[in-house]
This record gives sequence, C-alpha cells and structure tokens, in this order.
Amino acid sequence: MAIFVNENTKVIVQGLTGGQGKFHGLRNRAYGTQVVGGVTPGKGGQDVEGIPVFDSVADAVKATGADASFIAVPPKAAPAAILEAAMAGVRFIVCITEGIPAQDEARVFNTLQRDFPGTRLLGPNCPGIISPGKCNIGITAGEIAELPSVKGPNVGIVSRSGTLTYQALYELKQKGIGVSTCVGIGGDPVPGTSFVDCLAEFEKDPETHAIIMIGEIGGSAEEEAAEFIKKNVTKPMSAYIAGVTAPAGKKMGHAGAIVSGGKGTAQGKMDALRAAGVKVGLNPTEAGSLMAEIVAGLR
Amino acid sequence: MDLFEYQGKQYFARFDIPVSPGGPADTVEESVKVAEASGYPVVVKAQVQVGGRGKAGGIKLANNADEVRLHAGNILGMDIKGHVVKRVWIEHASDIDEEYYASFTLDRAAKQHLLMLSAQGGVDIEEVAERDPDAIVKLHINPVTGLDEATAKKAAVDAKIPAKAQDGVASILVKLYRCFTEGDCDLAEINPLILKPTGEVHALDAKVSLDNNAAFRHPEWDEYRATEELDAREQLAREKDLQYIGLDGTVGIIANGAGLAMSTLDVVNQVGGTAANFLDIGGGANADQMAGALEVINFDKNVKSIFINIFGGITRGEEVAKGIVEALSRVDLRAPIVIRLDGTNAEEGREILKNAGIPESKLTSKPTMLEAAKAAVELAKK
Repeated sequence: MAIFVNENTKVIVQGLTGGQGKFHGLRNRAYGTQVVGGVTPGKGGQDVEGIPVFDSVADAVKATGADASFIAVPPKAAPAAILEAAMAGVRFIVCITEGIPAQDEARVFNTLQRDFPGTRLLGPNCPGIISPGKCNIGITAGEIAELPSVKGPNVGIVSRSGTLTYQALYELKQKGIGVSTCVGIGGDPVPGTSFVDCLAEFEKDPETHAIIMIGEIGGSAEEEAAEFIKKNVTKPMSAYIAGVTAPAGKKMGHAGAIVSGGKGTAQGKMDALRAAGVKVGLNPTEAGSLMAEIVAGLR
Repeated sequence: MDLFEYQGKQYFARFDIPVSPGGPADTVEESVKVAEASGYPVVVKAQVQVGGRGKAGGIKLANNADEVRLHAGNILGMDIKGHVVKRVWIEHASDIDEEYYASFTLDRAAKQHLLMLSAQGGVDIEEVAERDPDAIVKLHINPVTGLDEATAKKAAVDAKIPAKAQDGVASILVKLYRCFTEGDCDLAEINPLILKPTGEVHALDAKVSLDNNAAFRHPEWDEYRATEELDAREQLAREKDLQYIGLDGTVGIIANGAGLAMSTLDVVNQVGGTAANFLDIGGGANADQMAGALEVINFDKNVKSIFINIFGGITRGEEVAKGIVEALSRVDLRAPIVIRLDGTNAEEGREILKNAGIPESKLTSKPTMLEAAKAAVELAKK
C-alpha cells in the first residue's frame, strides 16, 4: 500500500532540462520511480537520458499517461507550473521550489480547491515524498529509507522540515524499522498538503502501523493535527517539534517558521500533541527512540 | 522585512491610501524644512521599529520652527528600548474625531486572507481583543475572488463604524487590500485609521511587513533594504547569502537545513548552553559555503565554541568533510569546533576529518547530536 504514491505512480518532471530537475529527476528514476517524461516549453521532442521531453504538461500526460508531476522550476514560474499540471488532470503534484511569494501560494491553493478538487499539491518548498522501494519523488536520498517489511510494523513519517525528515528516516533505518511512506509537507505558510491530510491517509493505510510527526514553530498546523489525532487517529504516534528556543518575531529559515504575538510556540504545540496522546521527544533522536519503543510494543 | 512608519506611509501612497502631508528628516534643519512644507502644527515622530514610542517621548507636537528644532533635537539620537533614532517623520497634525483599526494578514489556518476591522482604534489591538473581542470584525477573504467595495462596506457596518465614515473606510479597505496583495505584504495595518472633523478618513500610522520572497518583482524595495536594521553579523551573512539570525549566546551554530538548525539550538539549550546564532548553510554544505559560514561565526566576538551539525543526505559525508577541511585552511578561527556528521557515508567523512591533521584542540568529532552539543557547551564554558 503506502500513501499518495506507489509502484504504479507515473511521474513527469516539470523543469527536467534544468539543473535541479535533471539532477533529482534522474536520481528518482535510478531509485526505481517510473519517471515517464519531462516538460520544458520549447524543448518538446528532445530527451534527457532517454526520458522524452514535451512542450506542455497536457502533451506529456496524453503521451505517457502520467498521474503525478514533480515541479523543479524557479519561484517566478512555479505557480503557473502548478496550475498547468492541475489543468492537465495530474492527480498528485510535488513542488520543491523554495521562495514562492506567499500571495502566489495562497492564490494557487485556493484556485486548486475551487477548480481542481481532485488534485493534491505537496509543497511548495518541500523535500518531496518517498514510499520506500516503490516511488521517490523529490530530493530525498532514497538509500537512507528503510524498506517496509511485509509483516510490519512499519512507520509513516510526516514532516515540515527537510533535514529533520532525513534524520527521522535515518534513525529508523539504524533501528531496522521499515517505513511505509515519508511525506515532507514543507515549511511555507500555505502548504498544499497539511499534517491532517497525511494523518488521515496514514490512518487508512493498512501498511502503516505507527506514525512519526515532525513539526516546527509558527502557524497552528500542529495544533490542528493534535485536534485531529484526538478524534480520528488510532495508530500510536511519536513527535518532535523544532524551535523551542527560537526568539519571537524572527523567521527561522523557513518562511513559515515564526513565533508571532505569542502564537505558534513549540511549547504550545508539544502540549497539544501530548494531550492528544502522542509521545513527544525533546530532540529528533528522542522521538526516534520513542518510536522504537512503540514499534517494539507492536511486534 | 518590516518597514519604518515613514516607508509604510510612502508605500501606502503608491496605492492611493490617504496619509498626512509630511516627509522624513535626518537632521534638525531638515526637520524644519519638512515642517514648513507640511504646514503647522506638525507632529515629529521617531522612526524606530519598536512599540511604545509615544511613552518614551518619541512623538511630539510642534507649532512653530523653534518647537520643531527643540523636539527634533531631542528625538534624533534618542535611545528607545535599545533602538537609536536616526530619522524622524514630520507630518501635518490632523484633527481627530474618531480612531479605528484595520489590517490585512494571511490566516494560515484558514489559508485565506483575513481582514480585521474595529471601531476601537488607536490602542493595541491585542488589548481590544482581550477586553472586548466582539469589537473586532474578522472577515476571511478568498484570495481568488478578492475584496470588493460592497463587502468592505458591509464589514464597516458590522464593525459599528458610524454611517458618516463607512464609505471612507470601505474605500480605504479596498485600497489597503490592493496594497496587501499586489504590494506583497505579510501584514498591512493602519492603527489608527482616523475620521477627521471634515468627514475624511485617513491613515495616521502605517505598519507594513513585506514578504522577502516577492522581492524579485519589487525593485522599489531596494531602498527599504538599505535602511533595514541589521546587526553587523547579519549584514556580513547577507553578503554571503547565508540564512543567519544573530542571537546572544556563546555557542556558534552551523547546520544544514532550517529544521536541523532550529533543532541544534534546542539541543544546545537543553544541555545548559546558549546559541550565538541560527545559521542554515543549505543542503549542499560545500567548502565555499562552509568557509563563508565560519567567517560569519568567527566575526562574532561572543562565540566561545562552534557546533557544526551536518546530516548528509544527497551530499555525502566525505564531501562535507572535505569541505570542512578546506574551509578550515582558509579561515583562522578563534574558537574550537565540535562536529557531528551523520547520514550518508558519515563514517568515511569522520575518517577524513580524523586524518586531516587538525589538532584536537581545534576540532573534535562526536557521533550524536546530543554528545556534540554537550562537548560544545563544555568548551564554551571554559
């Protein structure tokens, strides 16, 4: 199983002929992902190491039957690229682009919701998604993800931060714990896919037996997740929230990571998650150890 | 990027939001010139990005040139909560009948724009929210459809803004919304929004925060950037294109990835230390980036030890290690380094660091984040 993407997912790369798109697109293919095409306006008919390039997403979808897109284009072009993919009927869009203006993000998100409810956007400014052994879309180093085992228990990961996602994958690999799917939702103010979206899918996924969630300061996504967990998630969870010591009013690297007006603090988020029955670690390693305990209990 | 009041007002003016006639001044004589042009009486206002200017004596009324000289002389150079006043804004003093509040922000939970409007302006809006939450009208706006005059008027009615001011307020709301969206603001706030005895409504203050991600389509922001209040460390980091925030502790931090950098600060704090900074060198962590980051950390005289926390993903451990060794040969550091290198090919990376011939007094390697944090904090306390 796994969530959002699996061995049947067919991916096109918007920006395949650019530096990032080529590098990561080829890595994704080398991992075993079905990368069936690329899109660069004006370069239709060319190919990148055997992957055919098309002028538009519509052309690419028509020719390849792709149902997912990986967007690796600069911030100026990304909003239009997302909408083009949605218009062409792409079901799942991963956008890794960092630095998209918040106003553009808000417009794109609400346009998708109104006009393309069947399309899911992951990101922007996210590391992507990996269902180990099946499909890797984005910049995650596939080799640090442990394959899920047939009899389980396997863990689902959802995270707002890139490097901390890798950290979580790595900790589980060290402990020999399989991963069903690892989703990086990204650190921007208006992510296309939220914690709640991922938790709902993990709850339904028979291959996922426990969930790790990695949050950070800013906004209220973790609090909303806690509310959702309380009512809807039966699978055991551990979590970590980065930014306990972050000063108010400063954006900590991510556009979305900011404590303002006393809201969005790490402490508030940890309290909410604990109240929802989640085991919260004070650093990523501790969250990993807590997950190992949970998994040992499930075995 | 937060704008000063005078910049906010100049930004408002681009979107036809009415503000008082006035201008900025850096000296007493300039102040008099601006005051003469604006028309007496004038208000002399300290330009600092901190609240409580009025209480600190940073806002004064002046009826003639002598009074402008007196007040501008006092205010320029004044220290308001650690912010030294370098510039004043002088504008024609307005007669005020009533004071309102209006702002636009992005509501991240609702993923829509949020208008907040209140007939009780001129005071801290958080105060109003606490004392009388019903006095604030909150209206969500879908970014795809935007805000029209009729909806704005209804908000004014709902906020119990008196009938004579409703049209004026609605008109300003539509302009302020344009400023917020087309102007790429994270926040556009008017407090107070005033009603004059003449029946006109206008902005008496301006609080504007710009979205740095949108800078590429706003060349006019360059002048704001030039006056941005950064400390010397942050200035240097900006020149090197690094994500850096200066803090006041003693352990210098370098990490790859914003989340890991934040997490590193937390762990240092947990083991009893204090971080001197937040620094994300990005995913790559090559020699150039590392050398730049070390230079910025080295510039900070408070730094007693340096904690480099790298997780190798696509960038392999040995590449990171080579980068560090090369960077160390370029920068002469005052403080010792503790490094934690983990992830893809971390073993090989640690081997390279061990065999690079760097004395242990300058560089030690620890296998986990926690152990490295403890070692760095220990060194910082020596």
